[in-house]
Amino acid sequence: MSAELTAAPAVSIPTTKKTIHRRTRLWSVRLVFVVVWLGSWELAATHWIDPFFYSKPSAIGERLAGWFTTGTAFGSVWTQLLVTLEEAVLGFVIGAVAGVVLGILLGRARFVAEVAAPFIKAANAVPRIVLASLFIIWFGLGLTSKVATAVVLVFFAVFFNAFQGAREVDRNLVDNARILGASRRQVLTSIVVPSATSWIFASLHAAFGFALIGAVVGEYAGADKGLGLLIANAQGTFDAAGIYAGMIIITVVALLAEWLLTLLENRLLRWRPPVRTSGEQRA
Amino acid sequence: MTVIALRNATKRFPGTGGQPHTAVRDLTFEVAAGEFVAVVGPTGCGKSTTLSLVSGLEPASSGEVEVDGAPVRGIPDGVGYMFQADAVMPWRSVIDNVAAGPRYRGLSKAEARTRAMVWVERVGLGPFAGYYPHQLSGGMRKRVALAQTLVNEPRILLMDEPFSALDVQTRQLMQDELLRLWQGTGAAVIFVTHDLEEAIALADRVVVMTSSPATVKAIFDVPLQRPRQVEEIRMTPEFVATYREIWESLRDEVARARQEVSRVG
Repeated sequence: MSAELTAAPAVSIPTTKKTIHRRTRLWSVRLVFVVVWLGSWELAATHWIDPFFYSKPSAIGERLAGWFTTGTAFGSVWTQLLVTLEEAVLGFVIGAVAGVVLGILLGRARFVAEVAAPFIKAANAVPRIVLASLFIIWFGLGLTSKVATAVVLVFFAVFFNAFQGAREVDRNLVDNARILGASRRQVLTSIVVPSATSWIFASLHAAFGFALIGAVVGEYAGADKGLGLLIANAQGTFDAAGIYAGMIIITVVALLAEWLLTLLENRLLRWRPPVRTSGEQRA
Repeated sequence: MTVIALRNATKRFPGTGGQPHTAVRDLTFEVAAGEFVAVVGPTGCGKSTTLSLVSGLEPASSGEVEVDGAPVRGIPDGVGYMFQADAVMPWRSVIDNVAAGPRYRGLSKAEARTRAMVWVERVGLGPFAGYYPHQLSGGMRKRVALAQTLVNEPRILLMDEPFSALDVQTRQLMQDELLRLWQGTGAAVIFVTHDLEEAIALADRVVVMTSSPATVKAIFDVPLQRPRQVEEIRMTPEFVATYREIWESLRDEVARARQEVSRVG
């Protein structure tokens, strides 16, 4: 029911010594690309285009350095970062747990799933990001409204993959477990959940990104702390460099989270052949 | 003593286009304790359905299926089932795959592992106990499945073309292994295959099925001594004579199945 809503489990690619050599070359080319890109931007903003609108790498660097040395208009940049992180992590954990549990249960209850299908589809079609405004009316300017926005974004991403994963379980494995003496609950914990794990992890990579988006958009819609507030303030003062600086901090956080998730995934999915994963994003 | 009894057992599935599809009809045969029965028939005739009925995974549409004298409702006690496709859990090591049955049946992790290790050794996978299935060959995965089934000490062993995906040499090795492990357990075996040679080499009796919808066409005794060596027994005159006799019966069904396939496709 949801080909466009799910990210497929990562495909495995064996790594050899040859690919290590290839990877060094890959990274050098990437580095050259970044240097050319930033260099041409800097050059263009110095000579031809208006840096007031488009800013330039050196200005963004200065803004970042300023934030981290003297602080922002709202206090230390670390405070803002921690607030946003707290919201995103809470939203991620709550949304992911709820998504996994409900997705797996619904994936195994065929009739209930059929009853719920149109409602879930409708709920997924709602532009959920707009809910951020509603949550601010409900929960105020504090932490709760941002967490709620993040939860809503994370939940659906994880839910659909857990649901699909629970449905795609190999019938043979289930039959085999039943013959070996497994109860319904044991089939769920020893067969369905592990089978769905690779599907769930495929969605978790994207889901932390969604949690950050939820937190930042929530702050953007109204807050007294956080990176979203910094960006909103930068917009209000026509500070293009500030907007870019905020974006960069968020990107770095997302990449770090992705790296941590990959570590966790490799640990939990040790039984798979070695994999190289690539996160999929959908905003 | 009769352990498995099928009497006029019929299984219909909801088919495409509203018409029910009959997989097997009026199946009647019995298997005694300690007896090895092979079921042969043309590919796709419904042999596997027979096993589903005995295992309780699928209820019969009509007729009776009895295990230990009681009608089958749900999975009967003491049944082991080896599937055609790989059914080992890829996320568990060899030892933990084999320990699954005892764990499901309430043994502690340590006890289950101790018991599993015995069977891991018996199927010759001792040095690979900590490996994951993806690190093993197809034949080794079949050994895991065999140990996983046998660790529960089943009194009824159902096998659905378990070795059909293996190359010829590995298959013969596994057949010998199966006979060696089965001997003396007193388990009743139904072994489904489309390979008549395999059926004769392993079984005490061979049930020949008709083409779809399948029913029992004839049952043959296999007059071969045990213990057997499957590679060698194939060359004996008794084997060849038995093969010829059963093939006479099976040939028509295979030919008819082929005609049906070419008519449909």
